[in-house]
Amino acid sequence: MSDDIIRRDPRAEWIARNRLHPLHDAMKQAGAAEVRGPSGLIRRNPHAVGFIGPNGIKRIDRLNGNSQAGGSRRAAAKTVDLPLHRVETPDYYIAVVPDLIGGRLTAHDKDVLGQAHQLVSAAGGAGAVLTIVFGDIREDSFDKSGVDRLMQFSGEQFEGYAPEARIAALEHIEKSLAPKFWLFPDSVAAGFELGCRLAARLDERPLTQAWQVGPETTLCRGAGGSSDITRPTQRLLLLAPECANPIDETRHEALAMEAVELGATEGKLSDLGQVAVDPNSVALGEAEFILSAGNGVSNWDNFHRAAELLGATEGGSRVVVDDGHMPRFRQVGASGTWVTARVYVAVGISGAVQHLQGIGQCDKVVAVNTDIGCDMVKRAALSVIDDGDEVLTELMKLVQEYRQLEVTDAA
Amino acid sequence: MPPKSVADLRVAALISVGKHPSSGRARRADQDARAVEMGLGLAPGGLEVIHAGNPNETVLRDYAGMGLNKLKVIEQSADADVVPALSEYLSDDCPDIVLTGVRAESGESSGMMAYLLGEKLGLPVVTRIAEIRAITDGQAEVLQALPRGQRRAVRVALPFIASVDSAAAPARQSAYGPAMRAELEADSRGIEIKDEVRAGWEENPARKRPKRLKVVKAKTAADRFKAATAKATGDGGTVMRDETPAEKAKAIFDLLVEEGVLR
Ligand SMILES: Cc1cc2nc3c(=O)[nH]c(=O)nc-3n(C[C@H](O)[C@H](O)[C@H](O)COP(=O)(O)OP(=O)(O)OC[C@H]3O[C@@H](n4cnc5c(N)ncnc54)[C@H](O)[C@@H]3O)c2cc1C
Repeated sequence: MSDDIIRRDPRAEWIARNRLHPLHDAMKQAGAAEVRGPSGLIRRNPHAVGFIGPNGIKRIDRLNGNSQAGGSRRAAAKTVDLPLHRVETPDYYIAVVPDLIGGRLTAHDKDVLGQAHQLVSAAGGAGAVLTIVFGDIREDSFDKSGVDRLMQFSGEQFEGYAPEARIAALEHIEKSLAPKFWLFPDSVAAGFELGCRLAARLDERPLTQAWQVGPETTLCRGAGGSSDITRPTQRLLLLAPECANPIDETRHEALAMEAVELGATEGKLSDLGQVAVDPNSVALGEAEFILSAGNGVSNWDNFHRAAELLGATEGGSRVVVDDGHMPRFRQVGASGTWVTARVYVAVGISGAVQHLQGIGQCDKVVAVNTDIGCDMVKRAALSVIDDGDEVLTELMKLVQEYRQLEVTDAA
Repeated sequence: MPPKSVADLRVAALISVGKHPSSGRARRADQDARAVEMGLGLAPGGLEVIHAGNPNETVLRDYAGMGLNKLKVIEQSADADVVPALSEYLSDDCPDIVLTGVRAESGESSGMMAYLLGEKLGLPVVTRIAEIRAITDGQAEVLQALPRGQRRAVRVALPFIASVDSAAAPARQSAYGPAMRAELEADSRGIEIKDEVRAGWEENPARKRPKRLKVVKAKTAADRFKAATAKATGDGGTVMRDETPAEKAKAIFDLLVEEGVLR
C-alpha cells in the first residue's frame, strides 16, 4: 500500500521550476525524466522539447525522426543506397542499343532499358540486359538506369555516321551471344536506323513504334501513328517513347564486357562531317544550344555577335521581348517556347517561374548574372556572378582563339 | 539546283498512298511527294515514278499532277508484300538513285522498305536525306537531316537508295490538267507474294495513350509535399564569384567544349 503513496519533494520541484537556480541544469540531467505535478500526474516540460537549430531558433521535430533529420536533406538524399541487382552467370541476354545523344542516355533510352527489365521478369531466369554503346560515353549512371552488362565499341570507325561498322558489330554480337531480344529506341536519332538495318540484315520482321509490349502480343502504332496494330511479339523491337517506366528502384552492375576487335569494315558510305547551319534558322524549340538574354543585357550588338560566334540559337526572356529587343518567337518560357536545348546559357535572366518552366528539359544551364541569390543561379549547373557583357566579351575572345587554333591545326 | 554534271542520270522515286493525319483521307504522301520533287530536280528526263499496288487508285493522279507524263504501277493486291515485286522490278535494270519516303503514312508504316530493298539489291542506303548536293565521278554528296535542324554531309557511290526526310524541299502543287492527262502504265507480269504474317494482325484506330504520371516515391507526407511544391533547382551547381571575368569565361568555354556544342 505504501508504494502507491506519491512522495513529493517540494525542493526538487522548486528547483525544476526555477530555471535560474544553480542546480537546475544538473537536476534536469540527473534523470528527472518524470516530473510529477501536484496531483501526481506526469508533467511534460515544453521547454525541454526540441533542439536549437543552426540559426539559434528552436526547432521541434514533429516527425519523430522520420525525416532525415539533422544534416541537409540534399546530402541525405544522395546517400540512399538502392539494392544492387546482380546477375552472376546470365542464362540469356537482352540487347539494348541506346541512342546515347551527346554520350548520355536520353529519357527514351531509359524507357527502353526499363522495358528490357520488364521482358526479363516476364521471361524469368537470370537474364542480363546488355547495353551496346558506340563511341565516347559521358554517362555516369548506367548502374542506376538498369544496365547489367555494358559493351563499348570505340575507335575511329564507329565515330560519326558509321551505320555499316555499327551493324557489323551488332551482327557479331548476334552470332556470339544470340540475345533473346534486340531493343532499340524508335527515335529520329540513330535508334530507328540501326534497328531497321539490323532487321534487314538478319531478315527479321521488327515491331516498330511498339508502345505496349507483352510476352505474347505487342501493340504498335501503325499508319503514321493513326492506328494500333496488335501483333505477336518478335525478337526485334523498335520501341516508342514512354513504352515502359525507367528503372529507379534498383542499382545494376554495369559490368564492362570485352568488345571484340573488328577489322575495318569496308563501307560504301563516308561521313563528311556536320555542315554548318545558320543556328537562327533552327526552331527555338528544337535548338541544341541556346544563348538567351534577359533584362540584364544592355549591349545588344555584343550579345548578337556572341551568339553568332558561338553558333548558338538566340532566345530571350519575356521582358526583352516586350521591350522590343527580340521578336516574339524568340521568347523562352511558359508563354513562349518550351525549349529542349542541351546547353542553355542565360545571360542576365533572373529565373522567374514562368521562365524556368520553359527550360525544364534543358540538361546544362549556365547562368551569367550579377545577383548571386537569383533563382536562375539555383537552377544552373555553372553560375558566373559578373557583368554579362564583360563575360560575353571574354568568352568571344576565347572562342576566336579556339577557332584560329583549329584552322592552323587543320592546315 | 540540279547537279548538271550528270546528263543521263536515272532516278526512280517509289510512291505510296498517304493518309491525311487528321481527316484520315487518302492523299499524296508528304515524304514521297518530296522524293518525287527531288527526282524532278535531279533528272527531269530520267525520272521514273513507281507505285506498287492498285493501278486504279485516284491518289496517284496527285503525283502525276506534279508534271509527270507517266507513272509506272506494278499491280499488286491490297494484302501483298510489295518488297519482292519492287526489288524484282528494280533489279532488272537498276536506276542510279532510288528515292523513297522515310515512313509510309498508311499500313504498317515500319520504315523498313528502303533497308529491305538495299539488302535485296545489295545497294547502300542513306537515311533521311534533305538534299543531294552534287554528283561527280559516280559519287554523290548528300545532306542528311539530323534531329534539331542539323545537317550532315555524306558521300556515297552510285547506285544507292535514299529515304527522303520531311526536311527536304516541299513538293510542288499538283495541277489537275496534267494529272488527268498522265498515263498510268499498269504492269501485271511481276510476282506477287501475299503478306501472310500481316493477315494475323488486328488493326484498330489508335487509342489515346495514357499520359505518364509523375509518381513521387517519398516515404513521408512532408517529403511528398516538398516534391509537389519544390521549385526546379539543379543539383547544386558550381558558383564562381571572385574570379576574374577571364577565368569565368574560361569555365563557360570549357563546359561548351565538353558538351560538344562549340563547333
Ligand atoms: C502570365 C505570365 C507569363 C509569363 N511568361 C513568361 C515567359 O514565357 N517567359 C519569360 O521569360 N517570362 C515570362 N513572364 C515574366 C516573368 O515573370 C519575369 O518577369 C521575366 O521572366 C523576367 O525576365 P528577366 O529575368 O529577363 O528580367 P529581370 O527579372 O529584370 O532579371 C534581370 C536579371 O539580370 C541581372 N542583371 C542585371 N544587370 C546585369 C548585368 N549587367 N549582367 C548580368 N546580369 C545582370 C539581374 O540581377 C536580374 O537577375 C511571365 C509573366 C506572367 C505574369
